[in-house]
Amino acid sequence: MKHSRGGQSAPPFTGGLMSRVSGLINWTLLVGLAALCWPSTGMADISPDRERALRHLLVQDCGSCHGMTLQGGLGPALTRTALAGKPAIMLREVILHGRPGTPMPPWNTFMSEAEADWLVQLLLNGASP
Amino acid sequence: MKFHTLRSGVAVIVAMFATACSTATLRGTGDLGIVIERASGSVQVVETSTRARLARIEGLGDLSHASAVFSRDARYAYVFGRDGGLTQIDLLEARIVRRIVQAGNAIGGAISQDGRLIAVSNYQPGGVKVFDAMTLEPVADIPAVYGRDGKRSKVVGLVDAPGQRFVFSLYDAGAIWIADLRDRKQPVITKYNDIGKQPYDGTVSPDGRYYIAGLFGEDGLALLDLWRPELGVKRVLQGYGRGEAPLPVYKMPHLDYWAEAGGMAYVPAVGRHEVLAIDTRSWKEHARIAVAGQPVFVVARPDGRQLWVNFALPHNDTVQVIDVASGQIVQTLKPGKAVLHMEFTPRGENLWLSVRDDDRVEVYDTENFSKLASLPAEKPSGIFLTPRAHRIGQ
Repeated sequence: MKHSRGGQSAPPFTGGLMSRVSGLINWTLLVGLAALCWPSTGMADISPDRERALRHLLVQDCGSCHGMTLQGGLGPALTRTALAGKPAIMLREVILHGRPGTPMPPWNTFMSEAEADWLVQLLLNGASP
Repeated sequence: MKFHTLRSGVAVIVAMFATACSTATLRGTGDLGIVIERASGSVQVVETSTRARLARIEGLGDLSHASAVFSRDARYAYVFGRDGGLTQIDLLEARIVRRIVQAGNAIGGAISQDGRLIAVSNYQPGGVKVFDAMTLEPVADIPAVYGRDGKRSKVVGLVDAPGQRFVFSLYDAGAIWIADLRDRKQPVITKYNDIGKQPYDGTVSPDGRYYIAGLFGEDGLALLDLWRPELGVKRVLQGYGRGEAPLPVYKMPHLDYWAEAGGMAYVPAVGRHEVLAIDTRSWKEHARIAVAGQPVFVVARPDGRQLWVNFALPHNDTVQVIDVASGQIVQTLKPGKAVLHMEFTPRGENLWLSVRDDDRVEVYDTENFSKLASLPAEKPSGIFLTPRAHRIGQ
């Protein structure tokens, strides 16, 4: 019996939907849906301590697969250039719920949704380790 | 510079040597090693006899997933950096001898049986590159091309094997390749496909006979008998998860040095809080030992009496010791935040471990588990001691 590792709950875009709808249509659908339910409050309050902890997690622990300088490793690069054009909601979903079939695990036991959003913004703006 | 030449008593050489390494005392390297400082691109030279730091060498680039092998004279370390850097370090003079950046993204390397070749496994561009150990001049380039459209796979689990061979696994291709470099100008590649999904690392038995690749994408391991390579790769421990969904994996397990004791090989179970014991005659599961978290490294003390295990997040503050004779956990240590690597002294009376987030390297007595020393280090990860110079697969 084979299992995909790295995630217990599948994000919607990697589930059955993906297999039925072409990638492009799926993305459009996803971004559309995202616009509807994306919180408009911007960044939630994250304490400086938590920000430090999240940066540390990003560099040291995400870094074990994505490279400490985020240039990639077993996992893809997470540099600003590499992530250009990727919807924030998709990145947040991947962080929180992982990518089944790949080693990317769900990190939702380590951070809140707001904290994942904060990390996504950090990455999209070009996180400097 | 060979040390016995100093015996000729040429004062100038002695003086030069004294200047270069700040001590004129002749010494061996058998109790030396290096500690990778992953965040600062530096390594420490350490000595296990006095449990001391001797020197710090900077300028090695991105060491976020660095490993090292040693020249057979155990004087030089070759450090493989994440950024494709390959750096030759002189342990005695505590300096960089040569450094090249040979790829965009690398994961590790190996030294050949005769000590003359250094092979590096690369993620980007995926493949293996081989260099002359003395000059770091390129010798061979082996792109890990697979499939019909010529894609390149990330390469993992690169080890040396007898017969001037390097063995490695192709993560994306699900393949194991053997590169025979007896003729260094014309490497002969043997390829095994469909060995299993997503091999994440590989290791070779201390006698150089068996190569095992751990599989991330399925429950099982891929086994290749290098004495009988014509028999191909077979799957062992298939379905060890017994149909249970694995846990998410927050750090990839590693198969550093083959952990064998009492006829059993011990490997981390992927996505499970277990160490698997494999009977090395039948290659069937012998036992599984419940541990505190998902194992990252399972290392055997050189006498095979103990296994030391560290863990992935969120249990990476813990180390457990398994007594091989009883199969029981006899000690649970909490050395600190993010224990990344463990290395035994040559005959196993001590174990050195790195505690990344506490910026320390600690030394433990393996009989009574007392802490013998705590040395400062900047975000330490891998600890590599020179006895590796004389072991197959290291």
